[in-house]
Amino acid sequence: MIMKTNESHAVTCRAVRKHFGEGENRAEVLRGVDFHARLGEMTFLVGPSGCGKTTLISVIAGLLEPSTGEVDVLGRAHGSLRGKDRVEFRRRELGFVFQQYNLLPSLTAAENAAVPLIADGVKRSDAVKRASALLDRLGIGAKTSSYPRFLSGGQQQRVALARALVHEPRLIICDEPTAALDHETGESVMQLLSSAAVAPQRAVVVVTHDNRVFHHAHRIAHMNDGIITQITSPS
Amino acid sequence: MNFIALRMLMADKAKYFGLVFAFAFSTFLLQNQISIFCGIMKRTGSQVRDVTDAEIWVMDPHTEYFEQTKALKDTDLFRVRGVEGVDYAVRLFKGNPTAKTAAGKFASTFTLGLDDATLVGAPRKMLLGSWEQLREANSIVIDRAGYDLLYPGETLELGRVLELNDHKARIVGISDAAAPFVSFPVIHARYSEAIQFQGRERKMLSYVLVRPRAGVDAVALARRIESETGLKARTTAEFAWDCVVYYLKNTGIPVNFGITIAVALIVGLAVSGQTFYMFTVENLRQFGALKAIGVTNTRLVGMVLLQALVGGAVGYAIGTGMAGVFFEATLNKMATRGIVLIWESVVGVAVLMAVVATAVSLLSVRKVLVLEPASVFR
Repeated sequence: MIMKTNESHAVTCRAVRKHFGEGENRAEVLRGVDFHARLGEMTFLVGPSGCGKTTLISVIAGLLEPSTGEVDVLGRAHGSLRGKDRVEFRRRELGFVFQQYNLLPSLTAAENAAVPLIADGVKRSDAVKRASALLDRLGIGAKTSSYPRFLSGGQQQRVALARALVHEPRLIICDEPTAALDHETGESVMQLLSSAAVAPQRAVVVVTHDNRVFHHAHRIAHMNDGIITQITSPS
Repeated sequence: MNFIALRMLMADKAKYFGLVFAFAFSTFLLQNQISIFCGIMKRTGSQVRDVTDAEIWVMDPHTEYFEQTKALKDTDLFRVRGVEGVDYAVRLFKGNPTAKTAAGKFASTFTLGLDDATLVGAPRKMLLGSWEQLREANSIVIDRAGYDLLYPGETLELGRVLELNDHKARIVGISDAAAPFVSFPVIHARYSEAIQFQGRERKMLSYVLVRPRAGVDAVALARRIESETGLKARTTAEFAWDCVVYYLKNTGIPVNFGITIAVALIVGLAVSGQTFYMFTVENLRQFGALKAIGVTNTRLVGMVLLQALVGGAVGYAIGTGMAGVFFEATLNKMATRGIVLIWESVVGVAVLMAVVATAVSLLSVRKVLVLEPASVFR
């Protein structure tokens, strides 16, 4: 399945392969992935554990180099970005939501959410102000000065969501955002993600195997054994 | 990002205090040992530096340090006086007679016999009495530490009599002479009397003290005296340094202090290095998240360096403060008088701690640099 680059595509992967190790230890994790994620949509990447979902989003995010194949993100070919340019591209254009939140325990909720802005050189007070306003919109405005250890899992994931959104990136990558949450909290986080993250000029890619939240997706890419086996739309 | 680095550092209080303590302990030991070492070494030339009336010491050509004297001929004094540029040259006797109190307490002493006419070399810092009273017959000035050694626990009092080589000498002054290398009382007397305190030898002239004429360079004059008399002539600074060099070369003191200083450095490096490395390893996930978010390696290296340097700086400040308190507390103790925290040590240890902090951060920096940002997805 060969795809052409389309202006509505935020992410395009063509025949992407990725292996780790060599010789007897060689493990082929991606075996020729063709995949795209459209602007204005939330695309789910689903499949069993070990099928290569996390490796694929790592490649899309520029955190891993594909062994072969082409990856275009927001109109930029991965291969054309190297070193600092790639880091800067990631800092400005991508937002991340991690399964384990990965909040810095020594920073308050607002400071955590402000990290991408601070990393981009925005004055700390301005960054925290913008992050606080976003946290307020995400429903935890009362917790801006709280440290992560005093927040529930759902609240921490909202802070992580704010951190992914605060610098207004055009691609948001979420790795199992509901895996550490109970169903009710996970559902509310997904609702928030749908309402706050999905925008016409932004794409959201969500890795999950939580089928209770599949209804939030515009498209679902099913993955198995290192390849995309099927693209579906939730009924 | 600096505030994030500092928050990360101080959030883990156990490791932060461990790191600071390692730097503080190492700094304290280094400041302490270096300053004590320098203070003790300085004492080897303290009797030389105490003489402020003369700038050049003339001695036997084979003399290496103050304690080691071989008497000159009386005519050597006149030969020195004949050298162009000499304002005045006077004799000085140095001996180590035993002083005994009426109560029977005794101690070997440093006895300095000063030129009878001029009293050049007399102690200028007096705690009680006056050095001018040395002109009186059978009079001596003794230093405070010597007095305490011979009259332990007793108040300072003039008029007491010491017996030196069957000669009775009355204490007319108590000086604040700089502490000598060994804890002998320092006694000043007139030359003619001091030589009686020592068993009589054929020649008794230990040193000739010289003052250059106004405008004459002391170093140049010393060299001229050497070339014209064949004797050894050293300026006060040169001779004091000769004493230090002699002890450095011929005693185990530098080795002993060197070992302690090395151990302090190694312990500081090892403990702070290990603590900081563990701190970095435990925070790798946070560094990974920052890396994934788009913080550059340069920024992350800067953060790690800042954390190490701040830990080092706080530890250094505490350690130096502890050393300052230690030296303040011991400054007026007889055994440690004059030994102070020297500025050279304060500056030197600061540089050393900066190097140590940088060194301990290197392993951590490497760990952060090779960190795979994709690891945060696992």
